[in-house]
Amino acid sequence: MTNDFKKKKSQKEQTFGDVMRSQGVSRRSFLKFCAATASMMAMSPAMIPKIAHALENARRPSVIWLSFQECTGCTESLTRAHTATIESLIFDHISLDYHHTLQAAAGHAAEEAREAAMEENYGKYLLVVDGSIPMGNPGYSTIAGISNYDMLMETAKGAAAIIAVGTCATYGGIPHANPNPTGAVSVNDLIKDKPIINVPGCPPIPVVITGVLTHFLTFGTIPELDHLGRPKVFYGQSIHDRCYRRPFYDKGLFAETFDDEGAKKGWCLYKLGCKGPTTYNACATTKWNNGTSWPIEAGHPCLGCSEPDFWDGGGFYKSLSMPTENITQTAIYTAAGAVAAGVAIGAMNKSKKNSAIAAHDKTTIDDLEK
Amino acid sequence: MSEIEFLNWVRGPGFQIAVIIFIAGIIIRFAEILMLGRKANLAEPKGSEMSGGLHTIVSRSFPDKSTFQRSTFTVVAGYLFHIGLFVTIFLFAPHILMFKDIFGFGWPSLPTPVVDAMAVVTIIALLAVLAHRMSDTVLKFITTKEDYLVWMLTILPLVTGYMAFHRIGMTAPTLLALHILSVELLLVVFPFTKLMHGFTFALSRWYNGAISGYRGVQS
Repeated sequence: MTNDFKKKKSQKEQTFGDVMRSQGVSRRSFLKFCAATASMMAMSPAMIPKIAHALENARRPSVIWLSFQECTGCTESLTRAHTATIESLIFDHISLDYHHTLQAAAGHAAEEAREAAMEENYGKYLLVVDGSIPMGNPGYSTIAGISNYDMLMETAKGAAAIIAVGTCATYGGIPHANPNPTGAVSVNDLIKDKPIINVPGCPPIPVVITGVLTHFLTFGTIPELDHLGRPKVFYGQSIHDRCYRRPFYDKGLFAETFDDEGAKKGWCLYKLGCKGPTTYNACATTKWNNGTSWPIEAGHPCLGCSEPDFWDGGGFYKSLSMPTENITQTAIYTAAGAVAAGVAIGAMNKSKKNSAIAAHDKTTIDDLEK
Repeated sequence: MSEIEFLNWVRGPGFQIAVIIFIAGIIIRFAEILMLGRKANLAEPKGSEMSGGLHTIVSRSFPDKSTFQRSTFTVVAGYLFHIGLFVTIFLFAPHILMFKDIFGFGWPSLPTPVVDAMAVVTIIALLAVLAHRMSDTVLKFITTKEDYLVWMLTILPLVTGYMAFHRIGMTAPTLLALHILSVELLLVVFPFTKLMHGFTFALSRWYNGAISGYRGVQS
């Protein structure tokens, strides 16, 4: 196959190898990426050539991206590749046939693009969803006059697999926060008959989505998932267990405020409300912004954004061992009520005792002689 | 219900319900005991009720020689698990944080590994007292179902707390939620079982001492 011939290939027929070569990526750096991916996803080194081979020959998969009740933060996160990395090429490689924020088309043209992609790749396309679906009233969120629910159900029918991106799509997220005014639900609340990969986070780490895509391109299957539908390779361990500040927790050395000695020395942020102990995500190992840093390294406690209902945990700065309700007030009111109740019950007991004494007949000699 | 929802419930409404039952139960029981009153003692007092009472509150914390020799195991294991419970409940940093949230003030904590070791000692001591109770014929005979329930509810928060700290067996949110739930169960049954001795011990000791004090004999 000559280079000229390859250039004549239509964009849709291009393999990932073609895309890489056209971008001037060397084979050496490609193999490095494959090795990094294999290690990141806890695969054996024997898988590296397989990943390389499969990726090189992978055709552009059609991807339809639906955005429902969301803030576009997930898209912002996933498209924030600062340099032309191979990870970003993965994004370039997929045929993103429909995405509100990124596509040029608008209105009917946009919807036609979605319908065309669905028809052309029926049963084969990947569906990516960010945002929750309002079930309270279909009018709360519509696209081109179609309710989120209808669009999701229609598009999901022909999907090979669904990737729910962000905490809103995976668990309902912020729209689902108490009192959930729109009746927001997650993708897997509605769809039961398709493989769904949950990639939670507010927003999720970009490398997690590229890892999932790489897995799908390489094996044509979805990675192993945990009980909440999250890829185990990224969500298998808690922030707390991989946190570089963990030794301070174990020793009982905590920052008490954001600017005390403990904070300056980089001690554990548990007392400042860190949700690391109950949060499963890859932040502690992959970090953010091309591995620059992550919230705890920047001195802020983990908010627990990749867990369900992270918004309803009683406040981001309340530590996990603290009650979420105002227990002081509860205790005072209870004590006041209980004192009144206790005195009343005591008085009742006393009157019972007194009446028992009054009703007590003394036994006389006469009684005994009867 | 997801595990985080479960955790949020035990940290929120669940804890609130438990605290209401705990506080109301204790206050009502105290009111009942105090208002029951005692018959007036018509004998002439030979000494002070108060000094005898206060003395006994303290002195009963230390076993006399013969008691110690007779029931060495009970005294040692009993001391161990009571001190262990005090350390694990009141001197573990995350627990102090909870008390600070409720009372508005905190106190210094012990290093986590010390509390961790103490939790293990306490669990072993509690297992030992149960084994003793079940192997001793007399003890077994006088043991009621309530005693087993109280033992279970006392050791559960220790075991779940140990598991939650070391993250054994289940996911972290589930472990933490189960730990808090086990404490809530303990709070709920506390005022209505023998666990109430945690508060009434002072009253009963005082009463015992006061009888002697009134008679002018050594309490």
